[in-house]
Parts: sequence; structure tokens; C-alpha cells
Amino acid sequence: MEAFTTHTGRAVPLRRSNVDTDQIIPAHWLKKVTRNGFEDGLFEAWRKDEKFVLNLPERAGATVLVAGFDFGTGSSREHAVWALQNYGFKAVISSRFADIFRGNSLKNGLLTVVLPQETVERLWKLTEADPTAEVTVDLVAREVRAEGITAAFELDDNARWRLLEGLDDISLTLANEADITTYERSRPAHKPSTVQV
Amino acid sequence: MGRTLAEKVWDDHVVRRAEGEPDLLYIDLHLLHEVTSPQAFDGLRLNGRQVRRTDLTIATEDHNTPTLDIDKPIADPVSRTQLETLRKNCAEFGVRLHPLGDVEQGVVHVVGPQLGLTQPGTTVVCGDSHTSTHGAFGALAFGIGTSQVEHVLATQTLPLARPKTMAITVGGELPADVTAKDLILAIIAKIGTGGGQGYVIEYRGPAIEKLSMEARMTVCNMSIEAGARAGMIAPDRTTFDYLQGRDHAPTGADWDAAVEYWQTLRTDDDAVFDHEVYIDGASLAPFVTWGTNPAQGAPLSASVPDPASFDDPSDRQAAEKALEYMGLHAGQPLREVKVDTVFVGSCTNGRIEDLRAAASIVEGRQVADGVRMLVVPGSVRVALQAVAEGLDKVFTASGAEWRHAGCSMCLGMNPDQLAPGERSASTSNRNFEGRQGKGGRTHLVSPQVAAATAVLGHLASPADLTDSDARTAVEA
Repeated sequence: MEAFTTHTGRAVPLRRSNVDTDQIIPAHWLKKVTRNGFEDGLFEAWRKDEKFVLNLPERAGATVLVAGFDFGTGSSREHAVWALQNYGFKAVISSRFADIFRGNSLKNGLLTVVLPQETVERLWKLTEADPTAEVTVDLVAREVRAEGITAAFELDDNARWRLLEGLDDISLTLANEADITTYERSRPAHKPSTVQV
Repeated sequence: MGRTLAEKVWDDHVVRRAEGEPDLLYIDLHLLHEVTSPQAFDGLRLNGRQVRRTDLTIATEDHNTPTLDIDKPIADPVSRTQLETLRKNCAEFGVRLHPLGDVEQGVVHVVGPQLGLTQPGTTVVCGDSHTSTHGAFGALAFGIGTSQVEHVLATQTLPLARPKTMAITVGGELPADVTAKDLILAIIAKIGTGGGQGYVIEYRGPAIEKLSMEARMTVCNMSIEAGARAGMIAPDRTTFDYLQGRDHAPTGADWDAAVEYWQTLRTDDDAVFDHEVYIDGASLAPFVTWGTNPAQGAPLSASVPDPASFDDPSDRQAAEKALEYMGLHAGQPLREVKVDTVFVGSCTNGRIEDLRAAASIVEGRQVADGVRMLVVPGSVRVALQAVAEGLDKVFTASGAEWRHAGCSMCLGMNPDQLAPGERSASTSNRNFEGRQGKGGRTHLVSPQVAAATAVLGHLASPADLTDSDARTAVEA
């Protein structure tokens, strides 16, 4: 996984709540068998509208998405995270993320930052008024900074450490493989097996 | 202090617990399908890893599979490649696969329970958010992303933060015309799409205990639509009776030991939930959605709400956008909303009881002119059972299309899609913009409402049908 320490970039204010993963990347894109090449599918339906915020020339090259609450609801598709990253986003800020999307994002080094809705509103106002305004997402200090805004955010120490170091979860787990083997020895015989009967 | 059902199942699966780390949880059953697994198998290959427990892993093909001409090569080359990739991966890593054409093929969440693989007190994961379905058996079951699919393939475990617990108690008795689908749609409308975020929900109370296994699956299936990764129902006699005799259910002494364990899987009387919600089952009515998220729903007897009636500005804006997309206006009676397509199927409502319910309503009646009705069984086994009962004939005689098993129009990854602007009444689980096809408009409904809607051509419940609907069919 790509490590995340701190990132500064321009923002895209997305004034919508309940942005589901079907909007982030529509199902027909899910037929691909790779982790890349999803950038053109990102918000595909909404991007057909030339006034959609992502299409505005002043938003080109922006890397921080500031969205309404309940971002990433619905389908578990990790392709939603890949599409955001393929497009160039490094961080997403919202007052509430869907659980599965949040888990997927942190596994891929896309930092999802939870801030109070009022802070999201201030970031929207700032970046709408000044598209060149930069937003810093600092995982080391657990802080989001922009002109006139300094907002602390929470992320548990373990998740933060894995992101800062860009660690591979599977290797971490396999370091404790003996625990898995011990557990397996104690599993009851009545547990299901998929071996064909 | 006592523990909740979710806490008991969680505690029984902790492989490793250490200060400052998420718990490492053992996974009893890993279900795979073609869409979210290819990149996970690639990851294994890249790192020279194997599937740790092929005996706890099973795959099926469902999302991409066509529901017509299944004996011919799949027309869409990209879909075909994805299915071929799954076949290649399963062969290479030794994973049991039920491909298109196999008698055990079907929607992954229909296949697991019908094989008897989904059992109380197990942990079940799948790269699919509707894995919550399996919680109906008292399993802790939740959807995961592709990175986690790879993690489970390699280690049979997942590092996870312990979720909070929520009780949703449904008291009283559901009215005769209220189904499990109406119940869960009403619950989602009450708590919102984010209401269950961070929680495992336990559905309990007299109205839940009376539900059949299949109805319980419908309820747990849509937990994710309320933001909860998992929903559970304590196992009881209904659960044990459903399981006994299935291919992978325990037998002999193992069965006795299993039942003894399963009977302990109840929330203790002195356990405390982090949050509790009460619903009066008797107050419910047939329920449909009017918007573009599953919480935007109302009783069928209601009208499309006025966005101005929402206090929260975000909710108001969401309602405005939803009505614009859905082509509806405030105050419009929901019963007057005309549909083009009716879809009966999916992991929510594609099991035999759902097909029986829909068939009983269209029997002796005709699908309205200009309405297309698709009936897609959740699995080949469900299809065979329906055929044995003559349900396929009932559907085709009414003018409905009887299709092959799969996810089909629930998400339109195969050719079964809505055209732009087309409107559906669908027994599936998501009414998101474009979910069933670009520009398509979806109303989530129960199989009973779907069938009545097909006959009348507008959103309707079976109570709206009169004898003359049936006579017209006979004369025709």
C-alpha cells in the first residue's frame, strides 16, 4: 500500500449527501479485472453534465474531495476507491462515511477524513469562493488545514500507523500465523465445510 | 454483564486480541463471485501466496451471467473474460466453483443458505455488501472489499474493530398484507441510510420470531441499506428446521453438538445494546420507495413528499434531486405512479416463497399492456422448485418472462437493464440513480406489490386488485 503522511492540494466541493458507490463507479465498470483504468468511470453519469463540479476547468488537478454526509454507501465495490485514486484524489473529507467504503479506502492509502458537518460547510464555502485555495490533510498531526480553518480529526492509532508506514495487512497478519493455527485446532467439528458431499 | 448475540459470535472467533490493535477474527465461510475476486487472486499470485482454507471457500457466478440463452457463449466479451477469470482462478487455487449451467449456480447469497453452509454462530464474508443476508441464521455475516477478500483467502482471518450493537425490536403482529420487505423498508426509512453505520443490528421481538427463514433473510439482506454492515436474528426452531437435512448441515452427533451450541446464541437478558429502536409491527403497511436512496420510502397509500417538508437542508436538497431524477412531483399519490417494468428476483426477494407470493397474485390475471415483467429466480435450485410447482407456467401465462437464475436487473451488469427514463417496480434492494440501467428509475417493493403493480400498470398492492382483473384475464 502507498504510504500517506501529509498531502496538500486543491479541493473539489461536492455538495451532495448519500453519494453511493454506484454513482462513484457504475456497475458496468466492474467487469474489469484490474485495479487501474477506472478514472473515466468516476462519477460517470454526473460528468455527462458539463456544469458538474468535476468538469469545471478550475477544478482540474484537484486532489481533495469534500463531500456531503454518508459518502460511499451501498455496494462494497473497492473499485470506488480505485476510481477516486486513479482520477487523482488523495483524500476525501465528509462528516460520515459508509463502513465498507471507509475500510476499503484505508486499505488502499486513500485517506478518508471525518470532520463535523459545520467544518465541511466551511471548507465548501472557502473552496467554492476560491478554487485555488489549498487544503492540507496532515495525518502526522491528524489535522486538516486551509485558510482560516484548522480542524483536528480522529483516526485510531493502529490504522494511522499502517497508513503512515504503508504497511501490507496480510504480512502483518501472517506474522501471527501461529495464533491462527492454534485457533484452527480448537474449531468444533460441526462447523461447515465446503468440501463437496 | 451479559452479552448480545453479536458479541457472543464475535468473541468465539477472536484469534488474537492485543492492546491497541483490531481483533483478528477467524472466518468460517468465504463466498466468492466473479466481480470482486479477480484482483484478490492477482494479489495472491503476486506475493506467491495460496488459499489457506479451500475447504471453507466456495464460488459461484451470478453478477454478470445472462438470464437468456445460457447455453450460448456470453455475448459481452468483457463479462465473458471476467467469468473465465474466475474459472481459471478457482482451478488454479483449488476453490470449489458452481459456474453458469451448474445445478448449484445462483446468486451467492441464495446459494450459501440453500446448501446449508450458512449456519448459526459462524462468521461469513463475501466481497458483496448483501452478505448481511446470512445474518438471518444468527451468523455474523458482512460484506468486504477486494483487499479483504485477498486477506481472507491468504489467512482465513480479518483484522476488525469491534462494532457497536443495535437492537431493532419489532413488537406486535404484522398485518396480513405486510411482508418482510415492507418491514425492512420501513425500518430503513425510520433510521436512515446512515442510522446503522458502525453497528451490527439484531432484529428481535415477536414479529421477527414469527418470520420464516426466507423472510428473515429479506430483512437481514437490507441491513446494509441502513448503513449496518451486518444484521442478525437469533437462531431458533425455525432456523434448525430449515437447516436439518441440507447438504452441508451437520449430521449425527455433530448435529446434536451444533444445536446445543446454537441454542446458546441468544442475547442475554442483562445484555446492554449501544442503541435500541422499537417498531410497532401492527402499525406497518405495504411500503415503497419514491426516491434514489432506500431510506426515501413511504407507505403505498401515501403521496410523494414535498421536499420543503424536510427540516434538514441536506435532506431537502436530496429529496429535490431525487424527485427531479425520478420524474415525480410533490403530492402525487404513489398509487398513480405508472411503471414500465416489473422485476421479481435478487438476493433480497428471489427465493421460492417470493416466487410463490408473486405467482399467486398474477395467477389468472394478465400483466398490463405495455408493462414488461421479468421473473428471475435467485438460483437454479429455486428455479427447479418453481418449475416443479408449475410457477413458471403461471408467470408465462400471465405474460411475464421466466428467466434463468442470477443477479440480473438488480444491478444491470448483464443485458437485463432499464432504458433511460424507464421506470421499474423492483423487488431488489437499491434504488440508486442508474442502478438498474443508465437513467432508469427504480421503486423498491415487495414481491406482492410487484405482482399487483404488473397487473395494474401502476404501483399497487394485492388489495387493489378486483375480481374483474381476473375476469379480463380469462376472457383474454
